[in-house]
Amino acid sequence: MNQVPLRLYVNGERHDVTVEPRKTLADVLREDCGLTGTHLGCEHGVCGACTILADGQPIRACLMFAVQAEGMSLRTVEGLAPDDEELHPVQRAFWKHHGLQCGFCTPGFLMLAAGTLEEDPDRSDEELVDILSSNLCRCTGYQNILTATKAAAAEMRE
Amino acid sequence: MTDQAEPTTWVGRSLPRFEDPAILRGWGTYVADIAAHDHGCLYAVFVRSPLASGVLREVSAPAHVRMITAADLAEVHPIAPALTRPDYVTVETPILAHDVVRFVGEPVALVLGDTPAEAEDAAELVSVEIDPLPPVLDASAAVLPDSPLVHPADFPGDPNTVVDGRITTGGYDEVSRGAAHTVEIEVSCSRQSAMPMEARASHAAYDRGSGRVTLSTTTQMPHVVRTGIADCLGIPEDDLRVIAPDVGGGFGAKMALAREDVALVHTARRLRRNLAWVETREENFLASWHSREQRYRVTGSFTEAGELVALGADIVADVGAYSCYPVTYGVEPLMAMAELPGPYRVAEYAVRARAVLSNKCPIAPYRGVSRPVQTLAMERLMDVAALQLGIDRLELRELNLVRDYPHRGPSGLIIDESSHLEALARAAELMDVEEFRERQRAALAQGRYLGQGFSCFAERTGYGTPAFAARSMVITPGYEQVQLAFDPSGGLVLRIGASPHGQGLRTSLAQVVADELGVDPGVVRVVHSDTDQTPYGWGSFGSRAMVIAGGATRRAGADLRDKVTRIAADMMECDPADVELAEGRATVRGTDRSVSIPDITRRAFHSSHLLAEDDVPGLDTTAFYNPGGTFSNAVHAAEVEVEASSGHVRITRFLVVEDAGVLVNPQIVEGQVRGGIAQGIANALYEELIYDDAGNLVTTSLMDFLPPTMQEVPQIEIHHLHSHSDQTITGAKGVGEGGTIGAPGAVLNAVSDALSPLGVGFTHMPVTPAMVRTAIRSATETTHSSTTSGGTR
Repeated sequence: MNQVPLRLYVNGERHDVTVEPRKTLADVLREDCGLTGTHLGCEHGVCGACTILADGQPIRACLMFAVQAEGMSLRTVEGLAPDDEELHPVQRAFWKHHGLQCGFCTPGFLMLAAGTLEEDPDRSDEELVDILSSNLCRCTGYQNILTATKAAAAEMRE
Repeated sequence: MTDQAEPTTWVGRSLPRFEDPAILRGWGTYVADIAAHDHGCLYAVFVRSPLASGVLREVSAPAHVRMITAADLAEVHPIAPALTRPDYVTVETPILAHDVVRFVGEPVALVLGDTPAEAEDAAELVSVEIDPLPPVLDASAAVLPDSPLVHPADFPGDPNTVVDGRITTGGYDEVSRGAAHTVEIEVSCSRQSAMPMEARASHAAYDRGSGRVTLSTTTQMPHVVRTGIADCLGIPEDDLRVIAPDVGGGFGAKMALAREDVALVHTARRLRRNLAWVETREENFLASWHSREQRYRVTGSFTEAGELVALGADIVADVGAYSCYPVTYGVEPLMAMAELPGPYRVAEYAVRARAVLSNKCPIAPYRGVSRPVQTLAMERLMDVAALQLGIDRLELRELNLVRDYPHRGPSGLIIDESSHLEALARAAELMDVEEFRERQRAALAQGRYLGQGFSCFAERTGYGTPAFAARSMVITPGYEQVQLAFDPSGGLVLRIGASPHGQGLRTSLAQVVADELGVDPGVVRVVHSDTDQTPYGWGSFGSRAMVIAGGATRRAGADLRDKVTRIAADMMECDPADVELAEGRATVRGTDRSVSIPDITRRAFHSSHLLAEDDVPGLDTTAFYNPGGTFSNAVHAAEVEVEASSGHVRITRFLVVEDAGVLVNPQIVEGQVRGGIAQGIANALYEELIYDDAGNLVTTSLMDFLPPTMQEVPQIEIHHLHSHSDQTITGAKGVGEGGTIGAPGAVLNAVSDALSPLGVGFTHMPVTPAMVRTAIRSATETTHSSTTSGGTR
């Protein structure tokens, strides 16, 4: 299979990789960029574990070819916190409110919540439930994910 | 909400988890991450049977395809878990199918590639020739004399019957014959999948220097996996190191030895290469473990006043094509047989519980194992009996719940101190039944169907070897060991045989240690899930870790506290009885004389010549706990609205009154309860694995098998009670499975209550919208309908 050179911008860093055109963005992030925080739960676009931000919008990294992401500004869970000391408000809220257990779906939920709230932190509970229903979690029963997202929204509104 | 005041101890506090910061940053290490970072490894793809049953004629591939088949595994032993019961039939699971295939998805070959894509492309080139045989797909037909056999075994009873357990108490026949009322129902459950968010994955790293393989794998029981693989390969266990790094949920589906892992380790050793396998979601549905395809015929014999005096049951579990290691395919029927009476006092009991083979994916435990279906059976029995006897459904429960402890049930199980009556009374009060009935009547007048349902259960948790020995397991799990050690600088490491995968044990066990040694929990590092670094243990499953590993940890802490106190007393020249440990120091009680923990540990390691004569250098201990088991209890209550036109069920309220004794970390406990209930609701309303008439699984994606999203799972109100049991060292009772156990009974009772004006009741889970619509349609089309037969599907 032929390989093509590709330049990706992820978390503000440039990644020059050579990949097959058929390779998904999620696989390239994980295998070629070494960013394994983005998880794969189904590879058919339902579970949302691979949710990342592309130009600020939450997307399923398993449903996109990496070559389609050329020129986009990509953000993964590794790029969510400002630095190694401080956490993003969404990360902090998930920690405080026990919004994760096994943690496998967590990066997807964090990116979904962060992308949503960074665009507009002033969302109704109904809107948040609707948006967060994009992703699946098998451990928490979702209640603490909603509580955490609402708490993060309150902090981000300030 | 927790009803406990903020405690003075570390135990009892909702400490944020030590596990979380790394995971939140994307720095967790799941098995597929190890594979993604290992650019030198070969990637494995399994070629699987496309047919449910048949003779495997040939597996072939073009010469350039690197393929392993059963012929390459000739010297590898099959997996053959066993029970020493006379009714148990042992069947062998070959690592790769040879001669015969027995379910769609059974692995027949392993193909390797330099990249995952190359391996997938190569697998496409493999040709599998199978002569089809008629598959066995229905448990009632499978036991008939003319049924085809899934295995050519010597069945002591009916064909394909691999477990046939019975208990009949002495007075059952007489008491059941003489009872004023007999209530019969049939309850059943579709096949379900635990469906952890992370499918299975394994990475086998071969070390050329030592010849050892390090297998990183998605398991709940690394030590048991090592035993299983070593036995299959005929190698010393020390040639293999098994690590479960971060594991993305298990729920029971990761507590069975995977034949894929045996193939991978064998091939890594033969090729002297690193190999990785990452399961797809489709494979996970096809060939990871299924569960809960069960049918119960239950007969309750009641007195005029409503006392349940005898319980009869015929239980059949469709267990698929092979037996899971180590718990075997006896796990579902034998648990149901022992535990069906649950929280109810019933003296006479007659049960037959069978495991029947089929040409489907094998079963393994899934959160609650049989208990969600058992509880559904008992709780539907109570509601159906209440209607038939004209007694209020909660009064009928109150009359029959266990009230004196310890209580010995008819199968010999002993329920320790619990709070069944208190939990029911509290739930009834909080749900305000009278107020609900008014709302229900008002809604019905507008053509809306509201329902309220209750479910009571006793959850057997934290049981050690005696419980597993009672199932006659050749490999008898149960105890846990821990090692607790200071390092010279005063750091503490707790090494455990349990293997958490989301339960937060690194935090809650640190809280237990912190109280014993007067240190901050943050200084306690908990090491788990690595056979090179932890004592032999059975892993995390069966709501056991906090009880058993927690109890062993408490013991280890107490032992180490004695040693620390002795050295401190020596250093301060005081009586050890006067030394207290707090805030990282040993202080002579009532004085300001103290030494720090590092002062003490330096002396133990670096000035050991100053220790008392019988003290050995260093500061460590090993402790062990093997309890008989303790019962948690709870009442779940649900309110629903059923939309008659669509069959859609909406849960409008869900309440839990639960008793798990001492809550070491209440926030973690409530997380377990909420997550468990979400799975119970999923089981009750949404999830089923469906095979077609040829034995093809048709639900192989998340668009067919439907886990609930945030839209479907309601807010859950939790209220705690706290029994004091002497059957658990820490006072904690297990809580991992209760949510899933109680929820289906509450939901199906609520849906049945909602549609009772139409004479419709449900005893099969999941209750899908199609099923609700069919029941409503047939009820409104026929004038003669009955809720008391209960057999509606």
